[in-house]
Amino acid sequence: MLTILFDGTAYGMLLFVLACGLSVTLGLMNFINLAHGAFAMAGGYCTVVLVNRIGVPFALGLPLAFLATALLGGLFERTLYVHVYARPHLDQVLFTIGLVFMSVAATDYVMGSSQQFVRIPEALAGQFNVFGIGMGKYRLLIIVVCGVLTAALQLILAKTRFGSRLRAAVDDQRVARGLGINVGAVFGITFAFGSGLAGLGGALGAEILGLDPTFPLKYMIYFLIVVTVGGTSSITGPFLASILLGIGDVAGKYYVPTLGAFVIYAIMIVVLIVRPQGLFARGPAR
Amino acid sequence: MTPLAADVAQRLRRRARWSGFEIAFWVVAFASIWLLPQKHLILTETAILALFALSLDLILGYAGIISLGQAAFFGTAGYFAGLVAKYGLINDPVLALVCSGLVAAALGFVTSFLVLRGSDLTRLMVTLGVSLMLGELANRYSNITGGADGLQGITVAPILGLFQFDMFGHTGYAYCLSVLFVCFLVARRLVYSPFGLSLRAIKGNALRAGAVGIPVNARLVAIYTISAGFAGMAGALLTQTTAFCSLDVLSLERSADLLLVLIIGGTGYLYGGLIGAVIYKFMQDWIATLTPQYWQFWIGLLLVAIVLVGRDRMAAWHEAARAALARFFTGAMAWRRRPALGGAAPDRR
Repeated sequence: MLTILFDGTAYGMLLFVLACGLSVTLGLMNFINLAHGAFAMAGGYCTVVLVNRIGVPFALGLPLAFLATALLGGLFERTLYVHVYARPHLDQVLFTIGLVFMSVAATDYVMGSSQQFVRIPEALAGQFNVFGIGMGKYRLLIIVVCGVLTAALQLILAKTRFGSRLRAAVDDQRVARGLGINVGAVFGITFAFGSGLAGLGGALGAEILGLDPTFPLKYMIYFLIVVTVGGTSSITGPFLASILLGIGDVAGKYYVPTLGAFVIYAIMIVVLIVRPQGLFARGPAR
Repeated sequence: MTPLAADVAQRLRRRARWSGFEIAFWVVAFASIWLLPQKHLILTETAILALFALSLDLILGYAGIISLGQAAFFGTAGYFAGLVAKYGLINDPVLALVCSGLVAAALGFVTSFLVLRGSDLTRLMVTLGVSLMLGELANRYSNITGGADGLQGITVAPILGLFQFDMFGHTGYAYCLSVLFVCFLVARRLVYSPFGLSLRAIKGNALRAGAVGIPVNARLVAIYTISAGFAGMAGALLTQTTAFCSLDVLSLERSADLLLVLIIGGTGYLYGGLIGAVIYKFMQDWIATLTPQYWQFWIGLLLVAIVLVGRDRMAAWHEAARAALARFFTGAMAWRRRPALGGAAPDRR
C-alpha cells in the first residue's frame, strides 16, 4: 500500500515536471499545445544519445537534455508557434497534432521504432528499505529532483520580477501589455523553459514511462488531464492534479489491472463535468 | 404569412435548391460504380470515410463543437454490427445498419450532455476521454470483442437477401455509396431547415442565439445525437464490408485523421467531408506506396502547412473554385436552354 503511494508520488512528480510547461502556455496564451510530449520525447532521446553513445555521465546528461530541449522549444516557438497564437482553437489543435505526427515519424526514421533505455549509473539501481517499505533509489531520485524543481518554480513565480511579470500576463494579458510588459518575450522564455522541463522530465522518465517514437501520442492524454483537471491559473493546481493522477493510475493498475487506464479517464470526465474549469481553478477561465 | 416572412422563406428555398455542381458530383460518384470497377475497394473505404466526415461536419461545421471523440460512435456501432452479424441476431445488413446507427445515436444522446458545458479544451478532453474509455472497455472485455486480435468470424448476409458481398468490393461499394447518398440527403435537408439555421446561429454566438429564443442546449443535444448516429452507420458499414472489426476503430488516430479529412475539404458546406475523404484516401494510398512506414510524417506536414497557410485562405480558394464550377454549370445549362427559348419566342409573337 505504501509502496503504491510512493511509486505513485514519483510518477505524479514526473508528470508534473512534464506537464507544467504545458499548463503555463495554456494559461498564458490560451494555446492548446498537443505537441508538448514531442519535446519530452526529444529530451529523452537526447539523453539516450548522450549517455549511451557518447558516454556522457548521467548526471551531466540531464541538464544537457534540459538545455537542448529548451533551445529546440525556443526555436519552434519563434519560428512556428508565433503564427498560430491568434488562431481559433481548432487550428491550434490541428497544427500541434500535425507536429506530433511529424515528430513520431521522424523519430522512427532516425532512431528506429524499438524502445530505448537510458543507462543508469549502478549507484541508482536497487532499493532502500525504510520502515519495511521498499523504495527504489531511482524513484527516490525522481521525487527529490522534481520536488526541488517544483519548489524552485514556485519561488521563481512568487519572488522574482520575471515571475510577477508572468503572473500579470497570465491574469490579464492586455493590461499587462499596457503596463509595458513585453508579453511576447515573457511567453517565448516561458515556452522554452517549459519545453526544457518537459525534456528533463522525458529524460528522467525514460526508465519509468518507457521511451519509443509513440511517446508523444501515448502521454499526450496524461498531460492534458493534468492541465484540465488542475486548472491553468496556478502551478499548485497542476501539481496536486498530477500527484493525484500518478497515485490514481498506479493504484488503478495495481488493483484492477485489466481495466487499464479506464479509471483515470472516468475520474477526468467526472471532474470536468462537475468543474469544467478544473478542480483548483480560482475563477472562470477567460 | 406576412410579406417579410414570405420573402425570407423564398430566399431560404432558393438557397436550398440543388446546384449544377451538386448534381454533377453525385452523377460522377454513381458513375464510378461502373467506370472504376478495379478501384472499388479503396472507393468503399472512401465512401465510409466520407460518411464519417459528414457526421463530424454536422457538429463541427454547423454547431461549432470541436470533438476528438467521433471514433467512440464509429467503433461502438462497428462492434454492434459485427456482433449481431456474428451471432445471427439481425440477419439483414440494412436492418443491422439502421440498428447500429440507433445504438450509436443513443450513446451520442447520453454523452451529449457532457459536451454542453465548458470551453473548447474541456469539450476536446471529454469527447476524447469517452472514446478512450470505450477503447479500454473493448480491450477489457476481449471475450466479447476479440480484443487485440479483432472480432473475427463475421459473416454478413446478402443485402435485402439479393446482393451477396463479393471479395472485389463491387456490392460493398454500391451499398456504401447508396447509404452515403441517403444520409447525405437527410443531412442536407437538416442543414437547410430552420433547425440547421438555428445551429448556425448557435455557432455564431450561443448567447445571442439564446436571447432570440433558440433553445441552445436542446439543439446541441439533437445535432450531437444525429451526428453520432451517422458516425455509427459509417462504423457499421466498415464492419459489414470488411467482415472484421478491431480495436483501432476506437483509436485516437481515427478521430484525428477525421479532423484532417474535414479540414482538407473545408467545413460547413456538407461537401467538405466528401471531397476531403476522396483527396485524403487517394493521397494516403499514393504516399503509402512511396514510403510505407513514414506516411504519417507527410500527413503531419500537411496539417502544419494547412494551418500556416490559413484555413480562411483555403476556404477562399474553395469558394472561388466552387463559384467557378457553378458558373460553368449554370453557363452550360443556360447555353443548352437558350436555343429552346429563342425557338419558342417567335411562336408567342
